[in-house]
Amino acid sequence: MKASLPMSNSSTVATDNRKRVLQFLGKHGILLAFLLCMMIFSLTTDRFLSTGNLLTVLMQVSILGTIALGVTFVVIGGNLDLSVGSLLSFATVLVVDLHDKVGPTQAIVLTIVFTLIIGAINGTLVGYLKLNSLIVTLGMLSAIQGITLIYTSGQNVDIQDQENTWFAFFGREAIFGIPVPAIIFIGLAIILQVVLLKTAFGRKVFAIGGNGVAAAFSGIYRNRMVFSTYLLSAFTTACAAIILGSRVMGSQNNVGQGYELQVLAGVILGGTSLLGGSGSIMRTVIGILILGFIQNGLLLLGYPYYAQWLVTWVVIILAVWLDIAAKRGRLLNDF
Amino acid sequence: MHAFIQSVKRQPIWLFIIACIIFFSFSNEYFFAVNNFQNILVQTSTIGLIALGMTFVMINGNIDLSVGSTVALAASLAVGLQGALGIPMAVVIGLGAGVLIGAINGLIVWKTGVDAFIVTLGAMIGVRGLVFVYTEEQSFYASNFAYSDFGMSSIFSLPVLALIFIALTIVAHILLKYTLHGRNVYAVGGNRKAAIEAGIKVGPHMLINFMLIGFMAALSGILLSTQMGASTPNLGRDYELWTITAVVLGGTRLNGGAGTIIGTLGGVLAIGILRNGMNLMQVPSFYVLVIMGSILITVLFLDKRLNVTASKGVQI
Amino acid sequence: MTAQSSLNTQTGDTPLLQLKGVSKSFPGVKALDNVDLDVNAGEVHALLGENGAGKSTLMKVLAGIYHPDEGEIRIEGTPVRMQKPMDAKHMGVLLIHQELSLVPDLSVAENVFLGSLPKRSGLFVNNRELHERCGAILKRLNCRFKSNIPVKHLSVANQQMVEIARALVFTPKVVIFDEPTASLTDYEKVVLFEVIRELKSQGTGIVYISHRMDEIFELSDRITVLRDGQYRGTFATRDTDEEEVTKRMIGRDLESLAEVESPEPGERIIEVHQLGIEGEFRDISFDVHAGEVVGMYGLVGAGRTQVVETLFGIRKPERGTIRIRDELVHLSSPADAIEHGLALVPENRKEQGLVLGMNCRDNTSLPNLAEYTRMGWIDTAKETEVFERYQEQLQIKTPGWYQATLNLSGGNQQKVVIGKWLSTQPSVLILDEPTRGIDVGSKAEIHQLIRDLAKSGLAVIVVSSEMPEILTVSDRILALYNGTLTRVFKRAEITEDDLIRAITGQSADAASEPVASGA
Repeated sequence: MKASLPMSNSSTVATDNRKRVLQFLGKHGILLAFLLCMMIFSLTTDRFLSTGNLLTVLMQVSILGTIALGVTFVVIGGNLDLSVGSLLSFATVLVVDLHDKVGPTQAIVLTIVFTLIIGAINGTLVGYLKLNSLIVTLGMLSAIQGITLIYTSGQNVDIQDQENTWFAFFGREAIFGIPVPAIIFIGLAIILQVVLLKTAFGRKVFAIGGNGVAAAFSGIYRNRMVFSTYLLSAFTTACAAIILGSRVMGSQNNVGQGYELQVLAGVILGGTSLLGGSGSIMRTVIGILILGFIQNGLLLLGYPYYAQWLVTWVVIILAVWLDIAAKRGRLLNDF
Repeated sequence: MHAFIQSVKRQPIWLFIIACIIFFSFSNEYFFAVNNFQNILVQTSTIGLIALGMTFVMINGNIDLSVGSTVALAASLAVGLQGALGIPMAVVIGLGAGVLIGAINGLIVWKTGVDAFIVTLGAMIGVRGLVFVYTEEQSFYASNFAYSDFGMSSIFSLPVLALIFIALTIVAHILLKYTLHGRNVYAVGGNRKAAIEAGIKVGPHMLINFMLIGFMAALSGILLSTQMGASTPNLGRDYELWTITAVVLGGTRLNGGAGTIIGTLGGVLAIGILRNGMNLMQVPSFYVLVIMGSILITVLFLDKRLNVTASKGVQI
Repeated sequence: MTAQSSLNTQTGDTPLLQLKGVSKSFPGVKALDNVDLDVNAGEVHALLGENGAGKSTLMKVLAGIYHPDEGEIRIEGTPVRMQKPMDAKHMGVLLIHQELSLVPDLSVAENVFLGSLPKRSGLFVNNRELHERCGAILKRLNCRFKSNIPVKHLSVANQQMVEIARALVFTPKVVIFDEPTASLTDYEKVVLFEVIRELKSQGTGIVYISHRMDEIFELSDRITVLRDGQYRGTFATRDTDEEEVTKRMIGRDLESLAEVESPEPGERIIEVHQLGIEGEFRDISFDVHAGEVVGMYGLVGAGRTQVVETLFGIRKPERGTIRIRDELVHLSSPADAIEHGLALVPENRKEQGLVLGMNCRDNTSLPNLAEYTRMGWIDTAKETEVFERYQEQLQIKTPGWYQATLNLSGGNQQKVVIGKWLSTQPSVLILDEPTRGIDVGSKAEIHQLIRDLAKSGLAVIVVSSEMPEILTVSDRILALYNGTLTRVFKRAEITEDDLIRAITGQSADAASEPVASGA
């Protein structure tokens, strides 16, 4: 009677082993992918592993990466921010345009202030009014793009005297041979990683994303926390805009178009769950770097720049699939 | 009267459309004309066709971000291959590519359980890559005038593109409202667990919907290229965002389980009328972006206020 | 047990459905332990047990949702193995869920025929047939609503009827009703019982799960009692009485409880005066003293959870006042409540109590992070130390503080929640259903813990729908019925009859009873 549901021992062991392999891959898959990607490229091209090239990659991903830092907080908090692309256009246009009108320092301050105001609008709508973040930031994406176009009357903007402004520091200069954009990106990443892991703020972000109700029952002000994550993503976007404006010394009025989804791709690739409650800045940096290395490696191998998009497609889905399969203990769904 | 109020409450977008029509009719003499309404329909058809497919996908509880890239892929194939293979074959291949992309998305969502948002975000980037690989960043021009004439042609003085859009809207409406598939799409999106327990095959329904939207996006891209007589590799950028905006404006619930084709029609018409009317009034198109964004958020806000279900007194 | 064997020989025929020695374990809990059950054609077999006795698990085994670890299921004598819910359905076993599994935006008819919609020319839904067949079923159930309205517009009771209608689409051999009357009015209950009797007369076997004695004795032919996942015997309804099955169900005599001595309570910590939220509860007044456990007892829907959520700042009271140590307070958020020394172990630990993906230590420090923080930095060493202190005190079984609470058993999860709130050093501890879904061993530990905490000077409020629990831990009991406080009992004066009368609104002297007891 008791043996009516038999299950042989050997098959249990096999299942257990497979589960363990899956769990290992789910946990460390992204690092493995990172190393694998480095290995392939360094074996196939000579220049890949040179310091110069690595710095180039770091420089190239710095704008995308800096935005992704703030967005990581939003996503860990259980929300999305699709407005960062438009916000990047807005802030870049603003900092470039104001540079000649009120001077670099004032331009930077004003840009940060106005960008934060828009972040606060996002935060109010999602945090305090509890509206769906996907739709709110989608609407904001459109609205901010419109505001930017209205501000510029559809023109592009640039800085007249590009040679003699210290504003060039953020995008064009280097300290001890390391490009300033890379320093800003990595510096912010370290600071925000510490904030995420070591401060009460970071802990609360994890809590609201992991279980908003339980967090609220524990006396955490959910609305305030959500609001703050949007301020943070607006802030890092403003930083990215300053780098971008300084590097180009001008701006198209839709320069950030499509960034929102590229940024999300990096965040997701790093293993931050869209459901919220898990993720880390370090992993986002790795995710962004993988995107950067894929691009750089393929270019060095002589492929056109758009070849990276095909690889990104495969890599993103594989990464998330492994993550899910590890949690499920099975590769495929059974319905 | 009660029924009317109920339907307005369900789809406030039609009130907005009526208000827009009245406003633009009084403020611009060219707005209220058969000719202009035909224009609106043609302009609307591009986003409109994709939105029809998106309605199925979203009611089903998924989302598709890859449609913009599919638009470009289908248009490029249809224009690029027609010199070698002839127009009919090129168009079939373009449509087939769209269905194939949809099938890939659908299979991945079904079998791996990865969220549709992520799957189609990947496809959005990847398919755009395919377009660039195929076109090598070139725009293609239709050498055969029959192709570009089609986009401008009329039957009984009605533009063909508008007719196609209207016809497919009716088909989509019937498919969603009267067929087994349509009914199960609601069931899967409304309560997936209950659907599985009732023996509904959840995966195949999702697959069908992704193939459907792939087809619609491809068709939209091809029709767009007939209008322009050309295709560009950057065609369809941001279309996913516009489409989702239209569908949500039309009252389809983001989490699935509710929505109608009529509502979606309202959503796309609202965008179309607003664009057209403001264009006639020579308002720069930038303002449309701001207004659209604000309306989207306002609709979401009103929807939340109208459908308060939370327990009384809860303040956290 | 003898009763059962004699009954089996009595009926003679092979039972429609038979379970033998079925066991089912979940991590940390043995939900079913060697349970037997058989259902004959044309009988109503009641399954009786308290919350957590294993009724729901057994029912899910019957419906093919869970696979038993051990044991055998036979349908009409043939052993079967159910892989998924559809298998059970095809074999003629239908479950009517307690939690509704309807698609809110689909119509009544579409829900009734979910997964088996009548077709026309292969592709289309045959609407006429759909509504005709559905109409016929609704008529059988005496339902007045039309088959074409969306189920989200129906009352909960009518939604329940839709669930039942769904079962009648098939010609089921066995129908399992899981607490079907929980949300029904008296009239609807009568209709439901008629339906059940009709099914029975057609030879269908009915499993009727409930903990309402009156219904079971009105309706059933036999009664099987479960306690803590174990089989406690089957009785012919006409040969037994409420007292006997209650004893089997609760497992001890009520008298023995009164012997626990109530300590002398200390100062008054919290005082609630005429608290009310329109439509939820009204005129709730009571107080709790240091060193005292006050139980809050009532049926589902009596407003217990709403009252404690209001005390904890989750809901905003429309009327009345809350005083803590004689100071009038306005609690506009849980943070306010924590500030004033309140702590709430909520009803649903997975949804409200824990961030399941977080480890034990981080969950513990969540409600008073400020205590561990200097200039924004968290002192993790202190966090670990505090968690380990409560781990030892509460005997939380976990490999370490780093373990995600997801991986703990229900009992240990609940201890983490309790530890988390104790770490805030509260003066008032509120526990809402503290032992729901927890195994027997941990239950006893938590009861002891509650008594100990009170002894150490805390004011404790325990909300529960389990009578033995409330009787075990409370010094005083507040009986709630339909959003009002009907009576306050001191431990010495409790009788089961009075308590049941008070929570079912039959207490005649409710008004005359002094509501807040001075100590």
